[in-house]
Amino acid sequence: MIEYILCLLLFCIGLYCVLRRRNIIKIIVGLGIIEYAVNLFFVLLGYRHYGRAPILAKDQTITNMVDPIPQALVLTSIVIGLAVTALIVAIAIRIYEKYGTFDITKIRRLKG
Amino acid sequence: MILPFFVIIPLGTAFLISLLGKKIRNSGDILANLSGLSLLTLSLYSIPKVFVHKTLVYKIGGWLPPIGICMVLDGLTSFMLVTVNLVSSLVAVYSISYMEKYTDKNRFYTLFMLMLAGMNGIIVTGDLFNLFVFLEIASIASYALVAFGTEAEELEASFKYAVMGSVASSFVLLGIALLYSYTSTLNMADIALSLSAKPAGMIIGFVAVLFLAGFGLKSALVPFHAWLPDAHPSAPASISAMLSGVLIKVLGVYALMRIFFNVLGINSGILLVFMFLGAVSMLVGVFLAIGQWDFKRLLAYHSISQIGYVILGIGLGTPLGILGGLFHLFNHSIFKSLLFLNSGSVAYSIETRDLKAMGGLREKMPVTANTNLVASMSIAGIPPFNGFWSKLLIILACLQANRFGYAFCAIVASILTLASFMKVQKYAFFGTLNEKWRRIKEVPGAMRLSMAALAIICVAAGLLLIPLLRNFMQAAVDVLLVGKGYAQTVFGAIR
Repeated sequence: MIEYILCLLLFCIGLYCVLRRRNIIKIIVGLGIIEYAVNLFFVLLGYRHYGRAPILAKDQTITNMVDPIPQALVLTSIVIGLAVTALIVAIAIRIYEKYGTFDITKIRRLKG
Repeated sequence: MILPFFVIIPLGTAFLISLLGKKIRNSGDILANLSGLSLLTLSLYSIPKVFVHKTLVYKIGGWLPPIGICMVLDGLTSFMLVTVNLVSSLVAVYSISYMEKYTDKNRFYTLFMLMLAGMNGIIVTGDLFNLFVFLEIASIASYALVAFGTEAEELEASFKYAVMGSVASSFVLLGIALLYSYTSTLNMADIALSLSAKPAGMIIGFVAVLFLAGFGLKSALVPFHAWLPDAHPSAPASISAMLSGVLIKVLGVYALMRIFFNVLGINSGILLVFMFLGAVSMLVGVFLAIGQWDFKRLLAYHSISQIGYVILGIGLGTPLGILGGLFHLFNHSIFKSLLFLNSGSVAYSIETRDLKAMGGLREKMPVTANTNLVASMSIAGIPPFNGFWSKLLIILACLQANRFGYAFCAIVASILTLASFMKVQKYAFFGTLNEKWRRIKEVPGAMRLSMAALAIICVAAGLLLIPLLRNFMQAAVDVLLVGKGYAQTVFGAIR
């Protein structure tokens, strides 16, 4: 049970980081933490005690195996996360070129 | 079977354009418009299919659904497909001329088609994780498109949108993880089946909150709306039309409807939350819009307000309310994309979005001015334009369900909408022509064509309510009304 609570705690740390940090690079790191918390949670869902890899081979009977679907889903989710992070970092670099700062409180030309 | 083509065609076009765009002149324009047109034809062809078969299921790779991924075609799917592909095909026509002022047109078309593939994918899929993947494809393409101009403001808006959007996606993924742990399946119909066999527990409430936060942020309901007024005006006008017209509806409203009505099962508590959020969005959006002087920003605030109407109608949960909500969803996608295209035409000619600097554009740009008049009257709810009928249905449904307070809110929001569009008409199109704009011309033919087509649909869409054509929307309403019976329909269609 404690693993799941720690996972949720990690999620909240990421959320705090996104909401409270002023540096946009730290906000991106916060997004990464949120993403990994969710991925970790997904992997934990498929875990079984003393389970083995779900590979079917001749003359073997598998009694206890881990759930393979969360692992496949997490792989997809990691790739998506990579794409989002790469895009946001690229935008952050262009923002630095335009505004000359990473401070989110100074990057505010849009209002109303 | 036509279903996989809704994803294959735009996805294939995106890669073809990025490969061939540099080598062959105009190949981007031709390919994008061809694929837009073929998608529109296919989506119209899906209407008679639904009429005959009710529900069709496509099994990807031939695997049977609880194990494999499936795509589902039913009334709601076909309704949303027609809405999305109608708007996107006309926006593709508009982009031929409008995107000339940006430097890299082919990259624009690539991102545009990827966004379209994501949206069509969300609509046709019958698998929860597949929905998440398509949601992310559409979202990532839209983050990039908001920043397409790479000016300081656009980058700022895109960053804000991307951060809030990825947090929302994480909420959705967490919800999917919890649901998977509870039901051990990802197929939507199978989840509905296995949930109805289990007692209602705390976990469903938690999942519902996560989905409401995630999809609510994507559809810009009021407590989650902060990104929209920055992101939508910053994009190029044709993309603003897509974002406000269809993206927030597919990623937000459609996903909410499908998951809450067909998968988790609706109850009166959730309906109350929907109605309350809808009414709050309606009023807050229109109050914030009325003081704006930036043309596109004003339209963006109105999107929040109009999405409130849709959610209010659906949240009533009665057949008439859902019909009104869905009809308003269709109408809003038509007139709001037309309004954004108008703002793009004005910006194309005079390079400003400030309403105070305009004035008297009617004599120089008659097509833009007249189509804008039609769209303004539609959004403000003047009979006989389409916006009037859908708002009337929603208000009648409120009265029928004895929700007089919500009916009053809807009327107030409608009057304020009328006021703010009278302001647009007065400052932008009527009045005396500003000396500076003596030499401007009307926009090129492709842009005029797509604006005129949308204006005609605005006038004619009221006809969808007559009994013969009403089956188109009634099929979509039936899907939502059947609730968790969705599972039986899908499994029945497999056999």
